[in-house]
Amino acid sequence: MLQIENLHATVADKPILKGLSLTINAGEVHAIMGPNGAGKSTLGYVLGGRPSYEATDGSVEFLGQDLLALEPHERAAAGLFLGFQYPVEIPGVSFVQFLRESANAQRKARGEDPLSGGEFLKLAREKAALLKLDMDMLKRPVNVGFSGGEKKRAEMVQMGILGPKLAVLDETDSGLDIDALRICGEGINAVMRAPDKAVLLITHYQRLLDYVKPDFVHVLAGGRIVRTGGPELALELEEHGYEAVAA
Amino acid sequence: MAISATLPTHRDEDFRYADLTALAPLWPVAVERIVLAAGEERALSIANLGTGAVARELEVELGDGARFDLHVLNAPQAYGRIAVRAVLGKGAQFHLGAAQLAGATQVVELVTQVTHAAPDAVSRQVVRSVAGGSGTVNYLGKVLVRPGADGTDGSQSIRAMLLDRTATANAKPELEIHADDVKCAHGCAVGELDPGALFYLAQRGLPPETAKRLMLQAFVAEALVGAADEETMLERAIAALEAML
Ligand SMILES: Nc1ncnc2c1ncn2[C@@H]1O[C@H](COP(=O)(O)OP(=O)(O)O)[C@@H](O)[C@H]1O
Ligand SMILES: [Mg+2]
Repeated sequence: MLQIENLHATVADKPILKGLSLTINAGEVHAIMGPNGAGKSTLGYVLGGRPSYEATDGSVEFLGQDLLALEPHERAAAGLFLGFQYPVEIPGVSFVQFLRESANAQRKARGEDPLSGGEFLKLAREKAALLKLDMDMLKRPVNVGFSGGEKKRAEMVQMGILGPKLAVLDETDSGLDIDALRICGEGINAVMRAPDKAVLLITHYQRLLDYVKPDFVHVLAGGRIVRTGGPELALELEEHGYEAVAA
Repeated sequence: MAISATLPTHRDEDFRYADLTALAPLWPVAVERIVLAAGEERALSIANLGTGAVARELEVELGDGARFDLHVLNAPQAYGRIAVRAVLGKGAQFHLGAAQLAGATQVVELVTQVTHAAPDAVSRQVVRSVAGGSGTVNYLGKVLVRPGADGTDGSQSIRAMLLDRTATANAKPELEIHADDVKCAHGCAVGELDPGALFYLAQRGLPPETAKRLMLQAFVAEALVGAADEETMLERAIAALEAML
């Protein structure tokens, strides 16, 4: 599904990713762990196409397309969802308003019929219930006045509504209490556990991986994947720290 | 303040960014006087959306405890100038929300002078302007707190958005305070749409033009909140914005 080869990327002209390679197949869950500043969020942004996060070398193929050649909204329509570490607040623009337009823009790009207002609301209600987020919150301006945990749950609701093929979830677990962590973990499983879907979890901690069991765990340090293993690698990291494991 | 018979020049403070060529045939502008008796409450919405140049001079007098809500949509297809002078009595409230749009080579401007002449009056100004093409949006606004107008509460929230490198926004909020215990706040920012927010919307699949349009609609709507005919005003603002993009 996703093939990253020898990816080099700069942020504001500073080299951050230095030869990162990673292959994710349909049906798999991968976790990337690594110390602060390792370049984990940078990887997410480069995949999403954020301006000023520039791929300078290497290639990324996503479902047979050259991902890096697409605009951010085209990447979304191709099936890529990025869960933000820090979801952005957008005053005056409501979730339902922009999500319906987003969902329909994606569907149009894929040659599908648009969702009617009623169909969209039914879908939104269903996904909000799954993440135990009050539907009224989706009528409010995007992320404005949301707590850290509500923002992360709202990200998962959006993922549920948009139904991506690949979700790159950047520290979805940070800022969540135990209950919210479980709800998000179960939400990820419900939405993304399917033979034709895949997940890349970016996280610092083992705890989310208790709910969303990864098939592969990678350690990102110094802009590259320095180690890859199974779920046991996350436990080893938790016990011994990055330095010992990545060395 | 009387209107002089001779056409102002750019040296006149209130006209420093005005389109004097467009103003000349309209000069002298007749002053429209609005007087609110003590305790009276009134709302007025002005939508300036025509194809010809427009210049208006409003003089508003608010009696003690009166309240005046003024909403302005200043988005003509030519020069558009709206000047408002308000004098506030004791405990009066003056609220102004103005949305301005300028495209092509237009100049669109709002000039205000709010005088707190007696204690405990409140004035609020929210101005949201958008300039594209080689358009210019101006806001010149003075809040004057007269001696003895203690307990004044005045605020100016002035923001402008530039859609193109060739567009211009001039914003000049001013405070002149001659009283005690006065709370005056002004915020003023000229900028572009938040690139972080645009990326967030794009990541969910919104094409860039749609993302931009949604954010501009929200921006302009901030100025029209609370208008008696808010929905109509907003619809007209969105249509004017649409025509500009
Ligand atoms: N917008 C930015 N401008 C400049 N440097 C940045 C920016 N974003 C991230 N960086 C730098 O890139 C490096 C990697 O950051 P990031 O990808 O956020 O790390 P992580 O998510 O692994 O903690 C850090 O050194 C950080 O300071
Ligand atoms: Mg990060």
